[in-house]
Amino acid sequence: MRRAIRLISLWEALLVALLLGAVVLGSSLSPYFLNSNNLSNVLSDLSEKSLMILSMLLIIIVGEIDLSVASILGLSSVVLGDLWMHNAPLAVCIAAALAVGTLAGFINGLLVTALGLPSLVVTLGTLALYRGCAYIVLGQLAVSNFPDGFTTFGFGSIPGTLIPWPFVIFVVLAVIVILVLHGSWIGRQLYTIGNNQVAARFAGIRVARIKLILFTISGFISGLAGVIFTARFSSARADNALGFELDVITIVLLGGVSIFGGRGTLPGVIIALFVVGILRNAVALADFPTETQSIIVGGLLVLSVLGPNAIVRLQNWLTRKRVFATLITYVQRSRT
Amino acid sequence: MVTETMTTEQEGQRAPSAVIRVTRRVGQVRELGLLVVLLLIFVGVAVPEPRFVAVNNLRDILLSVAIIAIVVVGETLVVLTRNVDLSVSAIIGLVAFVSGDLFKQHPGISIAVVIAIGCAIGLGLGLLNGLLVSYGGVPAIVVTLGTLYIYRGLDYAIAGGKQINAFDVPDRFLNLASDTVLGIPLLIILAAVIAAIFALLLRYTRLGRQVYAIGSNPEAARLAGIQRNRLVLLTFVISGLLSGFAGILWAARFATVDANAATGLELLVVASVVVGGVSILGGSGTILGAMLGAILLATIQDALNILNISPFWLQAFYGAAILLAVMLDTLIMRRLQRSYLTRRL
Amino acid sequence: MDVTHAPTHPLIELRDITKHFGGAQALREVHLTLYPHEVHALVGENGAGKSTLVKILAGVHTPDAGTMLVDSTPVVLHAPNQAQRLGISVIHQHPTLFPDLDVAENVFMGRHPLGPLGQVDWKRMYSSVDALLATLGVQFTARTPLRSLSVADQQLVEIAKALNVRARVLVMDEPTASLSSREVTELFSIVRRLREQNVAILFVSHRLEEIFELADRITIFRDGGFVFSAPTAELTPDAVIRYMVGREMATLFPKQATTLGAAVLSVKHLSRAGKFRDISFEVHQGEILGLAGLVGAGRTEVAQALFGIDRPDNGEIQLGGEPVQIDSPAKAMQLGLAYVPEDRLTQGLILEFPIRSNITSPIWQKISRWFGLLDFARERSIAQDFFQRLSIRAQGINQRTQSLSGGNQQKVVLAKWLTTKPKLLMLDEPTRGVDIGAKAEVHRIVSDLAAEGLAIILISSELPEVLGMADRILVMHEGRITAEFDRAAATQENVMTAATGQVTHGN
Repeated sequence: MRRAIRLISLWEALLVALLLGAVVLGSSLSPYFLNSNNLSNVLSDLSEKSLMILSMLLIIIVGEIDLSVASILGLSSVVLGDLWMHNAPLAVCIAAALAVGTLAGFINGLLVTALGLPSLVVTLGTLALYRGCAYIVLGQLAVSNFPDGFTTFGFGSIPGTLIPWPFVIFVVLAVIVILVLHGSWIGRQLYTIGNNQVAARFAGIRVARIKLILFTISGFISGLAGVIFTARFSSARADNALGFELDVITIVLLGGVSIFGGRGTLPGVIIALFVVGILRNAVALADFPTETQSIIVGGLLVLSVLGPNAIVRLQNWLTRKRVFATLITYVQRSRT
Repeated sequence: MVTETMTTEQEGQRAPSAVIRVTRRVGQVRELGLLVVLLLIFVGVAVPEPRFVAVNNLRDILLSVAIIAIVVVGETLVVLTRNVDLSVSAIIGLVAFVSGDLFKQHPGISIAVVIAIGCAIGLGLGLLNGLLVSYGGVPAIVVTLGTLYIYRGLDYAIAGGKQINAFDVPDRFLNLASDTVLGIPLLIILAAVIAAIFALLLRYTRLGRQVYAIGSNPEAARLAGIQRNRLVLLTFVISGLLSGFAGILWAARFATVDANAATGLELLVVASVVVGGVSILGGSGTILGAMLGAILLATIQDALNILNISPFWLQAFYGAAILLAVMLDTLIMRRLQRSYLTRRL
Repeated sequence: MDVTHAPTHPLIELRDITKHFGGAQALREVHLTLYPHEVHALVGENGAGKSTLVKILAGVHTPDAGTMLVDSTPVVLHAPNQAQRLGISVIHQHPTLFPDLDVAENVFMGRHPLGPLGQVDWKRMYSSVDALLATLGVQFTARTPLRSLSVADQQLVEIAKALNVRARVLVMDEPTASLSSREVTELFSIVRRLREQNVAILFVSHRLEEIFELADRITIFRDGGFVFSAPTAELTPDAVIRYMVGREMATLFPKQATTLGAAVLSVKHLSRAGKFRDISFEVHQGEILGLAGLVGAGRTEVAQALFGIDRPDNGEIQLGGEPVQIDSPAKAMQLGLAYVPEDRLTQGLILEFPIRSNITSPIWQKISRWFGLLDFARERSIAQDFFQRLSIRAQGINQRTQSLSGGNQQKVVLAKWLTTKPKLLMLDEPTRGVDIGAKAEVHRIVSDLAAEGLAIILISSELPEVLGMADRILVMHEGRITAEFDRAAATQENVMTAATGQVTHGN
């Protein structure tokens, strides 16, 4: 319990305020916002992103980044669709989609760890490469005649509830990630790498191997997201989830994870997930075009990286004011 | 006898430095390599498809490079300082639409005013990028990934599904893209002049040399009293300005502009820069190289077209080009350092 | 009227300069005077305060107290540019140059010569740099890319930079550390020529043979304080060594006598190109083997090769009589090795983590249960145990490591490696930057560990520490073992003599 309390910090408090603000905004923009069907839609719209933030969180914590996640999603969706079009059994299609995603992630990891290239550049290259491969496979075609069982999994809910199936996968994986990250030796090693790569190596942590595994996991999760996306829209297209990397990275950074690695928790990221999901939904209900929403998401991305600097300055300014000094020390003491 | 031995001796001493001088005069090894690859492509494609090397086709290739080349110039400056600007395509799209829309909303508006407004928008957006990177302390790739979507979102918000068509803009404006001077398209001349100006500025001003310095070794640059933040800001402003200018030319060339204009172009721009031998880690590379990189990619695009290969290969190809160029640079760098190490010991 | 050859007027005078970093005092009321037409050597052991003084002259650090006079005028330097404007050029130990640019631009960066249109005049720049390089008699030209130069040549580029701004004072921080003997000879002839041009040269080094060959005057620092200064002619190498090492030993904790057990580690003809050559030794249970030598002698490199951080080129490592291949720190840990690194802040600790997680970091995996979940209760008890055993002074095991003093941080690093129950413990400068009380405690702990049968390799640049703690001392100089002493035979003088490469003693 004490650990759980300690995980909550000033940043998360701000996020909760932001979340409430988004809810207020949503209900003022549209009377349908608080409708339970709409809230179920919010969850459903977050199906892929919610999974992709989990692996992105791990990668950013070790001080790397993966810009290619949305392209891997597109590629695996296309592989699934293309095989289905050629009459392969659905299970084979799904397995192939997952395998392609995993391989794509493994290649990212290999380029980063074996060749020592910066992950920003590698995954910018593979962002184009994997999306390009998707276009090579399917061009402008869309495959859409998937069986009902598959699509029901995509947009259906647990019977009797409004909780979409993909959200269940997220909850399960999120529990695993939170245990791994905040409760296991692996999580400790990840934070160690992100904080101080040299010290990590000197302490016998196999830095390169761990990074390779993380990029591979990121590829697998993106592949899984590709399967879900295909099921949810019953459509496999090369431009599926174009630009999703923006949302995924924004959510992770907005959740209080440092872009330089070593700092950040899953609870913060989950709040950020709902902030972004609800904002997008609210703006969509008010009939703003999808592309306009990216102003908000892009703005949040920039703010979330600028924010920590600003907060440090604010704290310094507040500590100089006598009245707040005691309050600040109290908050800090309760955190350590 | 004696004089003869003396001359051979002198020549023996002079020979290696002469070789170095020759390669340097022709350009860096990278630029030579790009020329060789270009030549190979021309020969390889022209044998089955002779129309590839027809004057008209060569002109088309250069025309298609021209607008991109202007953006590549700005991107080169940014990459030299160890940063990157992904927002260029959104700036082009936004300015292209706004300038077309200005003609539509205010018939009779002067072309000079539209150009000025377009450039000012580009400059302002570049300034925002630069401020966030240099004074906000946020990594350039994160800032410009964010602003890429913000600027594109603005574009959509302004355009709102509308489209600018050829009849909305005056012919004089469209002529910007189709005029020729002495038979050479104005666009190509503009791109060449801009590239030449910045190549000269980079080579012949102290500020230009300092751009290389901060990319090569930020700490040493600080000790040399170079103002890093201001210089980084300046490169982003220039990148924004040139993207804005390219946006105006885009509107003039394609006439039909909607909110999607130039989407995804940032990858082609970054690929041109790194293929052209500008190190993604900053500090080395030239405008000439980046121009050759842009021409090479456009030539390959045209060759795919002529050989009837699906244009869907293009994006994968850009991605592979970025990866290959970066891998090549890293391997060469390691090779250089290793050869120095073994020589030392 | 020939004033240039009668330099009575000092160029730079430092009076009572004091500098603190956090709680540590780096310089204590030191003074130093530089005259034109003079090579002035500044010597001292590691931690004597030489580098801090260099950085003060360079304008990188501003002193807390004291006066700096340039041409008899008091100045306060806040930035490197200010020092440069006063004619002070500093050549740092690691060159600060632009690898992607050519030699000429490195020399002229920020001050490129301009032509009539305000354009960079490349022709003039190349010809003037080539002229400058000609006076230095170097192998490369103004157009050579810097990346292709060796460290020695890069140092010459730094000198060319200084000459180019007509520096009146040239400060060289350990310039010979990475040079071959031929390169050193070349460097010296250049330094002498600069002296003829009335430049004042401050030459920071601890290679005595070089100093006696080159310097006109020698100043000796010890523990951040001024000890002695005199013309070289009035000093002998032995005298300088005495001034460098004259340190109290009373406050230190001597090692308890133990009976040595079987050989734990045996190293045969270990070499790594450019770092160390033909290193052979054994360490036994209960033994503390001291590795003495100057900075850059290759001691840390040997330890890191044993710990799998760098791979040796040849040689054999045996653990408990079995030959082993150590290709990663993880492997070394499995084999029972532990290495407490030189720089605890960047190599040894995660400052963001509490004491508890730092202590248990090498054994996180071992104290985990199903699915890799950490056993927090067990972690706390292990951490608490070491916390008490090493008497770490902090609020508790949950305090962040960042806020601890140097001594307590070092104890955390020690505890961290003891949790792995190693057979061989390598300590690299375990008491650097640690106050005297904590130092004695660290010594007591290390001694107790040896008494329990642990084999220990102690790398230290502080002679009293090595002499007090070690059963046997190996002295390294320029990558080779130059001497071996038993505890009884070792003195500060004979160890320092071997460490400076003066004479090879041994027994």
